[in-house]
Amino acid sequence: MKKEEKKLYTLLVYSENVAGILNQVTAVFTRRQVNIESLNVSASSIPGVHKYTITAWSDEDQIKKIVRQIEKKIDVVKATCFTDEQLFIRESGLYKLATEKVLENPEISRTIRRFDAHIIEVNPTYTIVMKFGLTEDIISLFRALDPFGCVLQYTRSGRIAVTRGMQEQVSAFLEERENNMQ
Amino acid sequence: MRALQAEGVKTIFGYPGGSIMPVYDALFDYTRGEKKCFDHILVRHEQGATHAAEGYARVSGEVGVALVTSGPGVTNTLTGIADAMLDSTPIVVIAGQVPISALGTDAFQEVDLVGVSQPISKWSYQIRRAEDVSWAVSRAFYIARTGRPGPVVLDFAKNAQVEEIEYNPQKVDFIRSYVPYPKLNAESVRQAAELINSAKKPLALVGQGVELGNAQAELKAFLEKADIPAGRTMLGLSALPSNHPLNVGMLGMHGNYAVNLKEQECDVLIAIGMRFSDRVTGNLKTYAKQAKIIHLDIDHSEIDKNVKTDVAVIADCKESLPAITALLNKNNHQEWRDSFKPLDEQERIKVIEPAIHPKEGPLLMGEVVNAVAEQAPDDTVLVTDVGQNQLFATRYFKYHHKRSICTSGGLGTMGYGMPAAIGATFGAPNRTVCCFMGDGGFQMCIEELGTIMEQKAPVKMIVMNNHYLGNVRQWQDMFWLRRKSFTKMMNPDYSQIAKGYGIAYEAVGDRQDLAAAVRRMLSTDGPFILECQIKEEDNVLPMTPPGMDIDKMMLEI
Repeated sequence: MKKEEKKLYTLLVYSENVAGILNQVTAVFTRRQVNIESLNVSASSIPGVHKYTITAWSDEDQIKKIVRQIEKKIDVVKATCFTDEQLFIRESGLYKLATEKVLENPEISRTIRRFDAHIIEVNPTYTIVMKFGLTEDIISLFRALDPFGCVLQYTRSGRIAVTRGMQEQVSAFLEERENNMQ
Repeated sequence: MRALQAEGVKTIFGYPGGSIMPVYDALFDYTRGEKKCFDHILVRHEQGATHAAEGYARVSGEVGVALVTSGPGVTNTLTGIADAMLDSTPIVVIAGQVPISALGTDAFQEVDLVGVSQPISKWSYQIRRAEDVSWAVSRAFYIARTGRPGPVVLDFAKNAQVEEIEYNPQKVDFIRSYVPYPKLNAESVRQAAELINSAKKPLALVGQGVELGNAQAELKAFLEKADIPAGRTMLGLSALPSNHPLNVGMLGMHGNYAVNLKEQECDVLIAIGMRFSDRVTGNLKTYAKQAKIIHLDIDHSEIDKNVKTDVAVIADCKESLPAITALLNKNNHQEWRDSFKPLDEQERIKVIEPAIHPKEGPLLMGEVVNAVAEQAPDDTVLVTDVGQNQLFATRYFKYHHKRSICTSGGLGTMGYGMPAAIGATFGAPNRTVCCFMGDGGFQMCIEELGTIMEQKAPVKMIVMNNHYLGNVRQWQDMFWLRRKSFTKMMNPDYSQIAKGYGIAYEAVGDRQDLAAAVRRMLSTDGPFILECQIKEEDNVLPMTPPGMDIDKMMLEI
C-alpha cells in the first residue's frame, strides 16, 4: 500500500472556556506523534466559546482520527479540519530592525514597501515592521531583509483562519443542541 | 453526601486519608443509624477500590464509586482508571486534594491529579469550592454513565470539603458540547440493511457495546431474523448466550478457530459495539479484506480507527439494531453456517477435548474451568485475572445470563481479578461469583483478601497455580527461544495465607478429586479459595501469534 502523502491541515476547534482543554487537545497530537506547526487560541464570536486554530502536517486518514478524538473530549464543542483551499488564512510577522541600518540603506525601505509591509514604530534605536499575509510571504520578507544585516528580532504568529463556506457550523450546532436538549 | 445520594449511589469502595477526612467524617453518619444510605467497603489498597468499582459497575450496570485520598491514594487508582477507560466501564473516582491555597506548592500528598488523569479518563475535574460540589458530582455521574461509559475523576480540594453552604441540588442531564447518543441516520440504516440483505455469507461480531446498551434482546432479534452467525469479543461474551444456535464462539488471538477463519471468508462483516482491537483482528493489512464492513458504534471516533468501514451506523445499538432489523428480509444461511462445523470439529478434537477432558498427567486449566462451568449456577458471574487463566476461563466458561463477565480486556491488568470479584459480589449480591486467577495475578492484589475477610464477600477464588507467569512463559517458549526470563515464581503456602485470613481453603491436584472439590467450594457459604495444582508448562491454544493474519491460527505448536 502506498503511503498517503502528507499535507498541511488546519484544524478549527471550538471549546468551552474551561481550564485544561488545550492540554487535552495537544495530548491527542502527542499520542500520535504528530507535531503541531502552529497554534492560535482566542475567544470566538460565540460567548463563552474559545477557538483554536491548529496546523499540522499529516495525512487524511490520520488527521480524521485526530479530529474525532479531539471532538470526543467532553468540553470540545466542535472540531473540523480543512486544507488551505477551503480557508481564508492569515498570519502576521513582526520584524525589529536597527534604525541606523534602515537609514543607511534605502534598499531596506524599498523592500518593506515591495512586500506591502507596514512600519508601525520608529525610534532612534529600532524600527518595527509588521506584515500580514500567508506563511510564505512573511518568511520571504524575513529572507529579503536578513542579508542587509538589519534584523534584530523576528517573529511569526500562528495561523488564523475562517472558512470559505457559507454556513456557520458551530453556531448552528449549538442552536440545534439547545433546541432539543438531550 | 447528599449529592451522591441524589445520584443513587449505594455502595462506595474506598480508603481514607488526610485530604479526604472531611468527606469520611460526613460519611460516618451516612453509613449507620437513621441516616444510613451507603455501604462503605474498606479496601486494602486504592487500586483495589477502582477494580471493585469496575466489577460492581460491570455486573450491575450502575456507576461504581471509589473514594480515596490525595497523592499516593489517588496515584494508586490510576491503573483502575486506565482499565475502566479502555473497557468503557462507568466509575467515578472521588479523590481528596490539598486546599487550593496549597495547590502548586508541592504540599504534602499533593499531586496534579487532573494533569495525570486527563489522558486516561473520560472527564477529570477539580472541585475548588463547595458551591460546585452538587453540579460537579451530578455532571460526573452523567458523563460516566451516558454514551460510551467511562471513568470520571473528581479532584476534591480540602477547602471545598469543609466550606459550609446551603445544599442546592443540581441535576446535570445536558451538556451542549457532549452528544452521548448520536442521532440515528436513516440512510446509513438503509444501506446497512441493504448490504445484509444481499449477503450470502454474513458474519456478526458482537462486543460489549451490546451489554452497555442493554440490547441483548435486540441483538437476538437481529441475528435470528437474517440468520447471521455471530462471534463475540471477550468483553461481549455474555451479550449472547453460549448455547444460542447462532453463537459461533469467541473472536481473536485465542478465540475459536472457525470464526477467525471465517472472518477472512465472509462477504459482509457486521461489527456491533466493538472496536476492532488488535487482539481481535491480528494483522490489519490482511483483515477481512474481502468483506464489506458495517460498523455499529455509539462512539464516532471508533469508526475507521482500525478497520475501514463501508457503512457506519453511529448510534446506541439499542436503537440502531431494531431499526436495521425492521428492514431485513427473513433469511436462511444454513449452508454458510454449516461450513463452520468441520472447523469447529477440528478445534474440538485437537484443542478442546485434550484441554477439558485430559486422560492423564497433571491438572490442566481448561478442565478446571470446565469443572466449575458444569456445576456453577447459570447466572454465575465469571471474573478473571489476566493471562492464561483469563484465556482458558473465557474460552471454556458458559454464559447464560447477560452481564456475566468481568475481565480486563483492554488494559490487561494483572491483579484486577480479586478486587473486581469483590465489587461483583456487591453489584450482584444474589449471584455466584467465580474468580479465576493465576498464581501471579493472585499475588498482585492479594491484600484484598483482607477486604474479603472483613466483608465476608462470597468470592469463589480458583487459583490456578502453575508456579509460572504462564502466558509470558508461553510467549518465551514460542517466540524467545525458550529463554524463560524471570517467569518462574516461588510461591507462598497458600493454605497458610487462607488460614491467616480465616478463609475456607482447599487444594486439589488429582483429577478424580476435582469435581467434588468444586462442589464443596460452590456449596460453601462465603468466600473460598480453591488452589489447583496445574501442569507447569501448558499452553493456551489455539493461537494467532501477535501481528499475524488472523486466519494463521495455530491449533497446535
